[in-house]
Amino acid sequence: MGDYRIEVDLDLCQGHAMCEIEAPEYFRVPKRGVVEIPDTQPPESARPDIERAVQSCPTRALTIVEKEN
Amino acid sequence: MSTSPQEVRRVSGGEGEHGHLEEFRTDPIGLMQRVRDECGDVGYFQLAGKKVILLTGAEANEFFFRSADEDLDQAEAYPFMTPIFGKGVVFDASPERRKEMLHNSALRGDHMKSHAATIEREVRRMVAGWGDDGEIDLLDFFAELTIYTSTACLIGSKFRDQLDSRFADFYHLLERGTDPLCYVDPYLPIESFRVRDEARKSLVGLVQQIMNQRIADPPADKGDRDMLDVLVSIKDEEANPRFSADEITGMFISLMFAGHHTSAGTSSWTLIELLRHPKILSAVTAELDDLYADGQEVSFHALRQIPLLDNVVKETLRMHPPLIILMRVAKGEFEVQGHAIHDGEFVAASPAVSNRIAGDFPDPDAFDPDRYDKPREEDVIHRWTWIPFGAGRHRCVGAAFGTMQIKAIFSVLLRDYEFEMAQPAESYRNDHSKMVVQLAAPARVRYRRRK
Repeated sequence: MGDYRIEVDLDLCQGHAMCEIEAPEYFRVPKRGVVEIPDTQPPESARPDIERAVQSCPTRALTIVEKEN
Repeated sequence: MSTSPQEVRRVSGGEGEHGHLEEFRTDPIGLMQRVRDECGDVGYFQLAGKKVILLTGAEANEFFFRSADEDLDQAEAYPFMTPIFGKGVVFDASPERRKEMLHNSALRGDHMKSHAATIEREVRRMVAGWGDDGEIDLLDFFAELTIYTSTACLIGSKFRDQLDSRFADFYHLLERGTDPLCYVDPYLPIESFRVRDEARKSLVGLVQQIMNQRIADPPADKGDRDMLDVLVSIKDEEANPRFSADEITGMFISLMFAGHHTSAGTSSWTLIELLRHPKILSAVTAELDDLYADGQEVSFHALRQIPLLDNVVKETLRMHPPLIILMRVAKGEFEVQGHAIHDGEFVAASPAVSNRIAGDFPDPDAFDPDRYDKPREEDVIHRWTWIPFGAGRHRCVGAAFGTMQIKAIFSVLLRDYEFEMAQPAESYRNDHSKMVVQLAAPARVRYRRRK
């Protein structure tokens, strides 16, 4: 587990599936659905992929939240 | 207990017959900035018979962008679209229907690779006759190019191949038929509305010719059908064609509308800003040369990060958002930051004003692509004020496509050609006299093939 978790605002997600292209291991967007994130606390090594996914979200539905120490 | 909300303040000026309409037709950004300067995050100007409550700043924008269609309705807010699309073609659908369309449509992430290849092909066709050097007008060039890319990607290459520059010319006249006088009456007897209606008829004529050819010579193989072949083959209960040329043209116009002038304008401004900032231009050119040294296709790289070019496109969009105002109609009573919004009033957000709020975007009038680097990331951190694509539920569904398109276009142009301004740097400007903002003529640049 890394020092961060992924938050999604499902009010905003429209299922563009851009996150899935950037980080398919962590984001899944079914046809006609919204994003599914089975593990919201990925390892530190996945951070670059997750950051790209967050950045590529066209509706800004994804955020990375740093954990409190 | 909360006190009752106060009434929204009116911005100064606008003493004429139609309130602030004349100023809105000449200097809309100046007017909207004055609303913010005088009234704060919530203020209004008078557009013909309607109050337009202009919201700016993160808190008011979040209210605007999170509102459901039942509360802030989009369909009635753009009266200039009805004569362009034609009656019966809806301007916008419910968020649920939009999601449905998105999932069935060409805009989903997994179609982007083939679109990028299509866009590269279309750019190469446009420059095929360029020779080693010459001069172009940015508005003409990018408006025609993006007609071909949007028809090829959204309708089909087969349809695109049956078009020539006439389609782009008529389409441009439609976009010019969006004078804010539409807020008085979209059918007023004025020249630009008459030209608009003539241009629409001419487009229907072009589409009718293509339909006749498709009907006379239907594709033998189902795999060869594009959207138009499918539409002409649909019959009603009495076995007559279900859709007329007028209706099909309306569907195509509406399919292309959101992506056309926006992409054409952003491409133009990206090049203009690069030419105004030669150091950034050399850095972007070097970035592309390095990137493509790996031998990969445009359809590979345009979908991936091109860090400096990505930042340049974001900064171009912040400073020159193709839509300067987004409108809705209030369906009920609301309160925003202590101010009352009443049923039936127009409610607006302004990318042109919000994108330059100094508290969120330091030195807001400076072209500074570095503001998107970590840790500044001003587009992510200020997601309710960095709004060239809108935000929230109605955020542009074509944002990823549009961004990729600009990256594909410049991946071709900047690797093959050098550009320079053919007129003073400050003379490039937008024409704000219509609701659809376009580059003002002239906007000329010279090109030379790179050695």
